[in-house]
Amino acid sequence: MSATPAVNDPELERTGRRSFLGALLAISGAAVSLLLAIPLVRFSTYPLRRVAADADWSDVGPVNEFDSLTAPVAKTISIERRDAWQTTSAQTSVYVLPAKDGQFRILSPVCPHLGCSVRWVNDQNKFVCPCHSGSFTADGERLAGPPPRSMDTLDAKVVDGVLKVRYRYFRQLVATKEEMA
Amino acid sequence: MTNIPTPEPQSPNNAGTRLVAWIDRRTGIHSLLHESLDEPIPGGARWAYVFGSGLLFLFMSQIITGVFLALYYVPAADHAHTVVSYIVKEVTSGSFIRSIHAYGSSGIIIVLVLHIGQTILYGSYKGRRELLWLSGCILLALMLGMAFTGYLLPWDEKAYFASAVGTNLIAEVPFIGPSLQRLVRGGNQMGTLTLSRFYVLHVFMLPAMLIAFIASHVFFFRKAGAAGPINENPVAPKLPAVSFYPRQVIMDAVFSVAIIGILAFIASKIPMDLGPAANPADTHFLPRPEWYYRPAFQGLKYLSGRASLLGIVLPAILAVIFAAVPFVDRGRERRPWRRPVVVGGFLLFLMAYTALGVASYRDDYSDPGMAAQMHKQDEDAQAFMKQPFIPESAAGSASAALASADPRILKGQALYQAGSCSSCHGDRGVGTAAAVALTGVGQKYSDAELSTLLHTPNAKMTNGGMTPVDMKDDDLAALTSYLRQLH
Repeated sequence: MSATPAVNDPELERTGRRSFLGALLAISGAAVSLLLAIPLVRFSTYPLRRVAADADWSDVGPVNEFDSLTAPVAKTISIERRDAWQTTSAQTSVYVLPAKDGQFRILSPVCPHLGCSVRWVNDQNKFVCPCHSGSFTADGERLAGPPPRSMDTLDAKVVDGVLKVRYRYFRQLVATKEEMA
Repeated sequence: MTNIPTPEPQSPNNAGTRLVAWIDRRTGIHSLLHESLDEPIPGGARWAYVFGSGLLFLFMSQIITGVFLALYYVPAADHAHTVVSYIVKEVTSGSFIRSIHAYGSSGIIIVLVLHIGQTILYGSYKGRRELLWLSGCILLALMLGMAFTGYLLPWDEKAYFASAVGTNLIAEVPFIGPSLQRLVRGGNQMGTLTLSRFYVLHVFMLPAMLIAFIASHVFFFRKAGAAGPINENPVAPKLPAVSFYPRQVIMDAVFSVAIIGILAFIASKIPMDLGPAANPADTHFLPRPEWYYRPAFQGLKYLSGRASLLGIVLPAILAVIFAAVPFVDRGRERRPWRRPVVVGGFLLFLMAYTALGVASYRDDYSDPGMAAQMHKQDEDAQAFMKQPFIPESAAGSASAALASADPRILKGQALYQAGSCSSCHGDRGVGTAAAVALTGVGQKYSDAELSTLLHTPNAKMTNGGMTPVDMKDDDLAALTSYLRQLH
């Protein structure tokens, strides 16, 4: 055999054909695997891409119950939280204020100071926090005491004659209303 | 001993070549590849030889899809159906991946029959291949076990009732039957322990055994060598051998891609259905196994009274005869038309099995009452598939817990929510950014200690923003009992 192999050397030709086929197999194998990996990746990353549904609105009660309110009223709502294939439900209360210009206003009872539940005191016509004596007007505006801001309003809407609220938690001890994730 | 490193041979070429050379020196990958790819096949590559690789490919597909399904699956009777329904109805590609996995089991059974059929027609079990054949028999049994155990896991009606019938059959085993049945079910009745047992078999034990026996099957195959075509001598091949790579590799790859293509097509067009959750009290449900177990199921109909023992003995006898084939049929003759007993016996078995299967479906749909119930079951499953996913309410959620709580705890809970406790300590005392969790507080303090702490908080609590709880003794006691049961 000569030092420089001829092009028509059958051994070299065989090796060349083999490595070409090998590359072809590797490429098509990789392509098929990638294609098959798409549903698997989407399947496993589903919880990350799931957008929070609009299901986090809780029922407060039928609208006509609040038509003739003259003072804030506390209502217990249940919050359904989805944890993948389970739901957990928790009870909490909110204040429904008398409608102003046909708009229902709902306040979170959580004091913006340290998070105690603010109480409606009918005799004094104001909200008073039992922990550190912060007080608020009947509209939830800050009157006196340590709270850094007024009571927090919650999103409200009426669907098919039922008043609904979107319950949220807000950061305490800050002057602006910041939602907690 | 010295600390001088072993000198590495110098490769003159570029970094890539040097890396490959380094890996090869450490692993011997080249000779491994050579060993696996250059296996000689007497007479060259053929489409008839693709089924073994096809099975290996399908098994890998089952492992991958199975591992991904396990991301969401929970093996407990009270959750299994919900999570499968979550996979099917909510999770992206969930129905597709579950369908590939479920139809993949049917695919394995079909390719197994083709693989066994090819082996019998070609007489390739002959010539010192008894252990190769026996390991294959064990693999067949393990695969049937995978199909049987996997079928129960969705815990829908057909899964539950088919497995109830299947495990009832175990009681027919002579002598140890009833004990064996209790062992498999984890009790006298089907229940959540049956599901965990099937899950452990399906996910841990059977796959581990499958991998071990696949390895030995491949080892015995390589030890004996490829048998080649029917006119080849199975012990000392005479035909010119062609290596496994590239022709046979490409044929195997094309076959595997065809299988996954067919599976993916069926899975996307006709997704595997999920019926309503198993209801053991349903007396109308007609239990039916998967199609490949239908003939065995039908066979049991013809055996009543004392003959019903045959339902378990007959398959055992058939299995022993099947396993004994390479020990009995020992001649060098491989042409199928010269081996009428083995080939004829196999074909006869296939025809009888198919006929029983056909009879089973015909019985179901020829009787009007039966047919109506079968259609109703199909419609129920389709209707359930169309319903949106309904999440399960968690055991710890307020609505579930309140139903069973005692009045004092209920009162305590009301006080906990009405007072300001929940705003800092969170719903059910789970804790928030503002205050620590109260769960498990009952294990740390006695009733009296809890009451005292509530009444006069210690310094650490006061610094955290805790205010003294001022309420009547009754109420304080109720609040304490509520706090004690938080977990």
